[in-house]
Amino acid sequence: MDSAISDSAADRTPLLSTTTSALKIVVVGGFGVGKTTMVRSVSEIRPLNTEETMTQAGQDVDDNSAVRSKTATTVAFDFGRISLNAETVLYLFGAPGQERFWFLWDRLFAGTLGAVVLVDIRRLADSWYAIDRLEQHGTPFIVARNDFGGPKHSLDQIRDALDLAPQVPLIECDVRERESSKHVLITLVQYLYTLSTGDAQRP
Amino acid sequence: MSRPGRDDSPDRLYTVTGGRSRANSTAFDLVTLVVSEFDPAPGMQSEHRAILAMCRRPTAVVEIAAELRLPVSIVKILLSDLLAAGRVTARHPQPLPTASSLPDPLVLEQVLVGLRNL
Ligand SMILES: Nc1nc2c(ncn2[C@@H]2O[C@H](COP(=O)(O)OP(=O)(O)O)[C@@H](O)[C@H]2O)c(=O)[nH]1
Ligand SMILES: [Mg+2]
Repeated sequence: MDSAISDSAADRTPLLSTTTSALKIVVVGGFGVGKTTMVRSVSEIRPLNTEETMTQAGQDVDDNSAVRSKTATTVAFDFGRISLNAETVLYLFGAPGQERFWFLWDRLFAGTLGAVVLVDIRRLADSWYAIDRLEQHGTPFIVARNDFGGPKHSLDQIRDALDLAPQVPLIECDVRERESSKHVLITLVQYLYTLSTGDAQRP
Repeated sequence: MSRPGRDDSPDRLYTVTGGRSRANSTAFDLVTLVVSEFDPAPGMQSEHRAILAMCRRPTAVVEIAAELRLPVSIVKILLSDLLAAGRVTARHPQPLPTASSLPDPLVLEQVLVGLRNL
């Protein structure tokens, strides 16, 4: 049986043996904006946490001295997954949006289908940097305003405050609700579809 | 549960990889699916045995890292050893032709169907 070696294998839910391809979507935003909550609400596994260790130059642990001298920077991120069909699995990554994280973006999230920027209206500035960098990278993204109550701002006001291009979808969500998180992902993928079939301008 | 790797001293990581650097680890993406071709055997390094046990079913690199509580870069080094020895095979994600190119609409349609069925 699969659990022959590792005790913890018992609580893992393996992928179907027919799975041949994996895709990824990144959820990015400031601390406490709801990234882990969103991953949890749609994932078929309990969200897992791991970290990557890299030097400031954006390299792996380059040589023995880098490993030994603790000069490497680590970034922690969590993830969950959704088996889309017998062959394809979608991984969702929750990643911090702060500046110090971004030199890792290329290495970690290259090849991602697109990104969801989660914003909290009370801390909109937390997402400026992430939006800048996604635009620079040419990674398509949507913005989802996670509902923490508080004063109601219209989506137009938020779009202005974030200086979002008109074609970038901006929606409201409550990622504690599975249906709402699903809707966020579907909105992103529909947007990607529109872009990939050439029906809209690239962001 | 503590964060993987959090308590690992650099010395432990050094030992796990035999002090080597990144080797061919760039061949692995976070979501490369790894499949065992051999059963774990006594005498193998314990991390290698754990990987071979986990990967009897396809397992993404990032899940291996979370399970072993090791940084992804270290797991990639372990995996390149196993790959070079023919003990695992890898199913890499389809690379996009260029960094800023968009995914295939057919793939996106599949994703939409899968998400709507959730
Ligand atoms: N009111 C409200 N609280 C939320 C929502 N989404 C997440 N939270 C809460 O906000 C806190 C931080 O969420 P978390 O997912 O850990 O944020 P992260 O740091 O981005 O991963 C948790 O206590 C969540 O329960 C939401 O849509 N509305
Ligand atoms: Mg979190």
